[in-house]
Amino acid sequence: MNTHATTISGHNPEFATTGIPNGKLGIWLFLSSEVMLFATLFTSYIVFRTSAAAWPRGWDVLNVPLALVNTLVLISSSVTIVMAYAKTLERDQKGFRLFMGLTIALAFVFLGIKTFEYRSKFEHHHYPSSSIFYAVYFTTTGLHALHVIVGIIWNSWLWHAAAKEWDEWWFPGRIEYAGLYWHFVDIVWIFLFPALYLL
Amino acid sequence: MPETAALSHHGQDRHDAHKLPWVNKYVFSIDHKVIGLQYLFTSMFFLLFGFMLIMLIRWQLAFPGKPIPLIGGLLSQALAPGGIITPEFYNALGAMHGTIMVFLGIVPMGVGAFGNYILPLQIGAPDMAFPRLNMMSYWLYVPGGLLMLASFFLPGGAAQSGWTSYPPLSIINPGQTVWLVGMLFLIFSSLFGAINFLVTGLNMRAPGMSLWRLPVFVWAQLVTSVLLLLAFPPLQAAAILQFMDRVAGTSFYIPEGLIVGGQALAASGGGQPILWQHLFWFLAHPEVYVLILPAMGIVAEIIANNTRKPLYGYKEIVYSMFFIGGMSFVVWAHHMFISGMSPALGNFFLVTTMIISVPSVAVLTCLVFSLKGGSIRFTTPMLFALAFLPLFGIGGLTGLPLGLTVTDIYLHDTYYVIGHFHYVVVTGTIIALMGGVYHWFPKWFGRKMNDAWGRVHFWTTAIFMNGIFFPMFIQGLAGAQRRLYDPTAQAHNIVTQPLNIVSSVSAWLLFLAQIPFLVNFFHSIFKCEKSEENPWRATTLEWACPSPPPHGNFDKTPHVYREPYDYSPEGYLSDWRPQHQEAGARP
Amino acid sequence: MEKLINNYGWGLPVAASTVAGGIDFGIRIIHVAMFVIFILWAIFFTYLLIRYRRMDGVKADASHGRLIWSLAPDVVVLIFEISLIVLYAIPAWSRIKIKFPTPDESHNLEIVAEQFGWIIQYPGADAKFGRRSPALVNASNPMGLDPEDPAAKDDVIGVNELHLPLGKPTLVQLTSKDVIHSFFIPEFRIKQDAVPGMKIPVWFEPTKAGQYELGCAQLCGVGHAIMRADVFVHEAADYDAWMTRQRPQFSPQE
Repeated sequence: MNTHATTISGHNPEFATTGIPNGKLGIWLFLSSEVMLFATLFTSYIVFRTSAAAWPRGWDVLNVPLALVNTLVLISSSVTIVMAYAKTLERDQKGFRLFMGLTIALAFVFLGIKTFEYRSKFEHHHYPSSSIFYAVYFTTTGLHALHVIVGIIWNSWLWHAAAKEWDEWWFPGRIEYAGLYWHFVDIVWIFLFPALYLL
Repeated sequence: MPETAALSHHGQDRHDAHKLPWVNKYVFSIDHKVIGLQYLFTSMFFLLFGFMLIMLIRWQLAFPGKPIPLIGGLLSQALAPGGIITPEFYNALGAMHGTIMVFLGIVPMGVGAFGNYILPLQIGAPDMAFPRLNMMSYWLYVPGGLLMLASFFLPGGAAQSGWTSYPPLSIINPGQTVWLVGMLFLIFSSLFGAINFLVTGLNMRAPGMSLWRLPVFVWAQLVTSVLLLLAFPPLQAAAILQFMDRVAGTSFYIPEGLIVGGQALAASGGGQPILWQHLFWFLAHPEVYVLILPAMGIVAEIIANNTRKPLYGYKEIVYSMFFIGGMSFVVWAHHMFISGMSPALGNFFLVTTMIISVPSVAVLTCLVFSLKGGSIRFTTPMLFALAFLPLFGIGGLTGLPLGLTVTDIYLHDTYYVIGHFHYVVVTGTIIALMGGVYHWFPKWFGRKMNDAWGRVHFWTTAIFMNGIFFPMFIQGLAGAQRRLYDPTAQAHNIVTQPLNIVSSVSAWLLFLAQIPFLVNFFHSIFKCEKSEENPWRATTLEWACPSPPPHGNFDKTPHVYREPYDYSPEGYLSDWRPQHQEAGARP
Repeated sequence: MEKLINNYGWGLPVAASTVAGGIDFGIRIIHVAMFVIFILWAIFFTYLLIRYRRMDGVKADASHGRLIWSLAPDVVVLIFEISLIVLYAIPAWSRIKIKFPTPDESHNLEIVAEQFGWIIQYPGADAKFGRRSPALVNASNPMGLDPEDPAAKDDVIGVNELHLPLGKPTLVQLTSKDVIHSFFIPEFRIKQDAVPGMKIPVWFEPTKAGQYELGCAQLCGVGHAIMRADVFVHEAADYDAWMTRQRPQFSPQE
């Protein structure tokens, strides 16, 4: 079986009855389960909020400017990962390393700001146990942060693997799937930000 | 090596297979067949373990407050002082029996073992789409199971709040945190498995294997995977919230002003106990179909093979499975008619519940009609498949008064419920799985299981299973409540108490009836007569490769020419024509 | 206990409330239908197994009859289920769980479940329930009744004993102190979960004087099995006489 006959698009023609590469189908299925996970959390949020005796306005208790910066950081990182993918298709390894590195760096900036936010909450003695609002805030943003950390690990691994696997047919597909995941993490935040901070 | 690439290197791998170190060949294997067998053995262990737990409970139910004979002294003094099990241990046994049977026994066997081994073979694939992910699924399942086992020995003991883990009880009871962590492992294992099955089933089909040529078993696995993929994440979210309640002191499921044991509970409040029930049953109802669909798939395969004629209504069965799968997401609250949710919602779930019964009837009808005009071979697997039909039928029928809001008011949380779902899961799914073991054993090990002992196993098992669960309907109608440590503590149960003894004795006999099976199974792996490559003369692709199949499965990728069950084709001398047989050729 | 056992047998227990008859009707009709369906089906199944067993020289017939016949059982089941839903389940469900008698025409109670018992609050002569607060709960005041509230002065608290009059419906506001319990009186065919943080109305109207059993039907912890109460249904006059003998929670003598 000749692996080199396959194209650069990441499509292995031998096993893909549907024509969609395995990895792409897999990542979309995975994201559909992730959608269910966060949809459940958002539904729970609506249930808690509509039945709560009092629910603070997000902007009274949370730091909206910081979260806004974080939103911009994440959106930028979505752009950079698309650039990284484009550079892979253009076969520009240096460009890929630059933009993938930027994506990872922006993710760290996001986590740094998040840590700062959490610390200032703890300093003011606001814990997950303080109220149902803080329980929702810490749990949903915490779970999102976990997804960011997974994204960092995934992207760093690709950044590192580029040296060895750059010329393999599957490599661009890898970047595309990581990008799909990263966009999803981004979208979750786009929902979380207004739900917690603005509404 | 990347997953997809591993496949393209198969030609090379096959020659290297014997050079693989032992640990990569049998422990951390990426071969779907080895992983399938790993699932098979592990889930058999857990099924037996879960069965043993309930046999302890059956003693307490039959003879409340009397010390357990023989093994009573072996249990630790904390769990069963003087051989009499404590209420704490009783509740732990009940909760862990449910958890282990569902999440560690039946699903890993029906999906993990049968699906893993048979699905790639039936579609003519050399392996799963993501062999490494497949290995990871198994190695997430194992620590999940070990955590559940270990929880019996950890301080606080195992979870005691039922497999349903309703808060606030599950939040104030000991043992629950380990249960939640174990569940998270199992959920990830199932999610990765589901993705793998779907991609494999859709993308790895051999040339000519169009969707309408897939065996019913493959369809059953694909629908099951969709259910796992979309129904498990809500439980994952719910479990995370419950975990936070226990570990971080949040109040997702704790309302304000709780007084536990005379002390105010330190919690901020504002939570919703019923939310858990919604999220739990949003998983757990589709989970029922995760348990039953693979069983239906197995039964369909065995019936087509042993009637020597095509399945009746193949497309009707497949469409019914789609319909069951879709509807199973909107019936969950029929478990909650009297939970305190709005009674008006009850009417909605009543209607959806009645609707979902129709495709189940359709599948059963098609399977029965498949017998008509056949030439029925009463082989051991066929006996199990045939027993599935009436017994699963009883399980389905007795769901009717439970799905009907009004009659459920009385029957909810009685023994009637236990009888109903055990008829579905034990005399339905487990019977079918046993049939599947006899049917595919020659595929797995290249030998046949002893037939005479198989028949002994079948008749004793079928009789004792009914002996356990049929009395429960009578008890339930008489008002006996479930989950009582001492059934004689309330008047409801006293008249029908003798039935508890019938159930218990049947349960112990059922255990004894498994000994011939286990001996037969392990003995046959090494000693029994070697079977031909296709001993059942079956048409589907899993029999188109050697038994057991080598690494990479097929010597040459098979080409599929026809529908899966071309038995007794017109104008042919032989009564079967394999899917991969070229059009003109006669066997 | 001896007396209670007489309420139970090998079939449905004694029916002692106005809704019991309707529920029993449903249970019976479904079981008769299930039995008939199963027997007919089993006869057909057995016939197929014998008629189409493997015989030497007989080949299976690969053709199938018309698909339409296999739809017959679906249609029968569907018609049976639709008529059950429309003619029986929805009206009966609405009578039992959606429409409630007004408090004016009812015997009103508040019931709080706890691990592992039932606490019952009778409103007393003023027909008003005194205010309750979780902070006031202690061993002698299991309900947390507020002594400052004038409405609480004549309230009677009962533990694990529920007294009901004949002749009018009883309307219960049900809640729980700690975990989820379930209010189940088999003789009345009534069941309702008691959920902490929620007040859920339940109603029933006893039809026979006598003694019955109230059990907890939802796993609530180690004492789940012993969580029970005796239910006494009195003639209206006897009930009033019993009520006058009761000492309120904050009786002046104390």
